[in-house]
Amino acid sequence: MNKTMRITVDGRKIRASPGQTIMDACDDAGVYVPRLCDVEGLVPQGSCRVCTVKADGHTVAACTEPAEPGMKVENDTLEIKNYRRDLVRMLFHEGNHLCPICEASGRCELQAMAYRLRISQATKYPYLQPVRPVDASHPDIALDNNRCILCGRCIRASRDVDGKHVFEYVGRGIHKRIGVNAENLAATNASIDDYAMSLEVCPVGCIIRKREGFFAPIGARQFDREPIGMDVETRQEHHVPKRRPDPAFGNDGTK
Amino acid sequence: MSVENPKTRIVEIEPLTRVEGHGKVTVHLDHDHNVVEARLHIVEFRGFERFIRGRLLWEVPVIVQRLCGICPVSHHLAAAKAMDAIVGADVLPPTAEKMRRLMHYGQIMQSHVLHFFHLSSPDLLFGFGAPVKKRNVFSVIKEFPELARQGVMLRKYGQEVIEYTAGKKIHGTGAIPGGINKNLSIRERDALLGNIERMIRWAGGAVGVAKDYTLSHLPQVEQFANFKSNHLSLVRDDGALDLYHGNLRAIDASGNIIFDQVDYTRFNDYLMEEVRPWSYMKFPFIKSRGNLDGWYRVGPLSRLNNVSYIDTPLAEKEYRTFREFSRRKPNHMTLAYHWARMIEVLHCVEKIHELLLDTDLQGTDLRVTGARREEGIGVIEAPRGSLFHHYKVDEHDQVTYCNLIVSTTHNNSGLNRAVTDVARKYVGGKKRITEGLLNHVEVAVRAYDPCLSCATHALGQMPLVVELFDAQGHLLHTNSQYVDRPAAGLKP
Ligand code: SF4
Ligand code: SF4
Ligand code: FES
Repeated sequence: MNKTMRITVDGRKIRASPGQTIMDACDDAGVYVPRLCDVEGLVPQGSCRVCTVKADGHTVAACTEPAEPGMKVENDTLEIKNYRRDLVRMLFHEGNHLCPICEASGRCELQAMAYRLRISQATKYPYLQPVRPVDASHPDIALDNNRCILCGRCIRASRDVDGKHVFEYVGRGIHKRIGVNAENLAATNASIDDYAMSLEVCPVGCIIRKREGFFAPIGARQFDREPIGMDVETRQEHHVPKRRPDPAFGNDGTK
Repeated sequence: MSVENPKTRIVEIEPLTRVEGHGKVTVHLDHDHNVVEARLHIVEFRGFERFIRGRLLWEVPVIVQRLCGICPVSHHLAAAKAMDAIVGADVLPPTAEKMRRLMHYGQIMQSHVLHFFHLSSPDLLFGFGAPVKKRNVFSVIKEFPELARQGVMLRKYGQEVIEYTAGKKIHGTGAIPGGINKNLSIRERDALLGNIERMIRWAGGAVGVAKDYTLSHLPQVEQFANFKSNHLSLVRDDGALDLYHGNLRAIDASGNIIFDQVDYTRFNDYLMEEVRPWSYMKFPFIKSRGNLDGWYRVGPLSRLNNVSYIDTPLAEKEYRTFREFSRRKPNHMTLAYHWARMIEVLHCVEKIHELLLDTDLQGTDLRVTGARREEGIGVIEAPRGSLFHHYKVDEHDQVTYCNLIVSTTHNNSGLNRAVTDVARKYVGGKKRITEGLLNHVEVAVRAYDPCLSCATHALGQMPLVVELFDAQGHLLHTNSQYVDRPAAGLKP
């Protein structure tokens, strides 16, 4: 094992191992970098840019950028926070989010991020308010694309963990969507027991486990108990390092 | 975007449907300037039924709360009852049914109290003729501070009951198809029990205020929009008042039973809805009596006319006085709604007390499911009267059909009668809409407590416009004022 190095985050010195991303080093040190498309257990993809930090003066995605010895990282500055706010706001504008009627409310990472970043007012931009049909064809799973933030976590989970390819991106630009690799979800080999369908994977209320909605009472939902990021910030010094897919596995989940 | 914050509860940036509506009354005169008819026009918005189509069945009890800022819990529970039928939950676990009842009593209590203290007490305490500047809740607070305080505290108590059962004071999630998502913790129970005696005392006092008002203003009360009608409500299988569940009973103006113990899922066999060209809101009537004689009223007055007794002692005592007052015949006085409403508040508080002492509320068996059905009907007695929710759901769990009959729709004919009645008295050959007429129309409309926003499925404050037409249909005069609904109420 190579020697660990030191980097500075907002003036605080933390340890990083070679090859580690800024995000993983920060996590290990109990410093939270906001994120949406990255989640423990999946390969980072670097697409939502909510984890944007400044590393030695350049804006980079913390979830994909490797830590370098002596790197100076700005994470919790006003400038960075404002970038993140704009990015998160845009996600609300792009989709159709009515939190009070959404079963992900209270455990939704997008909503929790909005609170963490203290976004509570509408911006001056119009909401696109798309009306996208719900795919409820599968007996146990539904897909409500109105709430999808295109984080791709489902794609990676299905491909890298389940060894299936249930989800994929379709379309480009503003028309980009999450699609399934068949006519509808029922026609795929998706199963409710797939990792991709677990509550850990979809950060919002797009992948829905049928007939479980609103089982958790208000007050007992994940982010009712503690704000997003608190789990990282309250980590003990000697904790189990973050889980990432075994590099021995290929991208398609095969050896 | 609208984000709900578990802690600070900011927000509600975009309502589900932002639709402007208004209550408009048109008064129609004949050649001699006598009032022929007055019509209450409510711009109805059916967007909701469309919105809900395609949504998933377990979302429905949560979504329907967006229909109404005043009694979201009633919609929540009516929809949950309909969804119980769809998921085959024919008998709920006791904890679930009792938690829902608790929620419902809290809701009726807070809604009735809001109505009485914040909206109606100015009319009652200062008189309808008083100028709008005086006839408002702020004057009540100034001149009757103790009464106002009790109103605020009673309402707050009802809201707390809702919070402990639904998770939030407004737009909670407690009821789920087949049950409930939480029980009542000992801490929550004790917090509520701590204040219950006071609430019972104050609710009793409020009945006194409404009763005294009625008795001491008899000539006015008897004249004011007092007209005969049929009455409809749920009653328990022994005829007792039951606001959460029961069968349909209808009586005629003299108190004779038209039908009784009708399973509400068969309401279509007993009720019909008539369409009139000038109104988007339908006019329901009792089939067997036809559209001319079959119209009926719902709500607190109808319930108390309908039921055989009340199963809580203090409310039952008040109920007897109420019935004796109209010699055990149905009471048709529009203004007696207030009295009836306060008796119901007392009943709710007594029921809440009863439930709080029941250990079933700490049970952990929260939901059941059974054989799936395609169709479900849920009926509940909402603060303003019977509320019907009817859905069909396909095999993918998606809603394919939704029809709601809200209390204001049931009362549509009654409202129009009341408005006509008032117009006859106060237009009096004049060609102008005086403030007096406007005030009286407003009071008559308000006595029904029509949830205009709910009937129109829109949200927000609505102006009441009154227009006067001559026999040729020419507009003679128009006047308007806001029917204010302080949805957020007063902060204690
Ligand atoms: S997915 Fe999240 S942000 Fe979107 S409506 Fe649901 S709770 Fe709100
Ligand atoms: S469905 Fe969920 S996990 Fe997949 S891209 Fe959309 S938001 Fe991300
Ligand atoms: S978390 Fe890094 S780009 Fe999304």
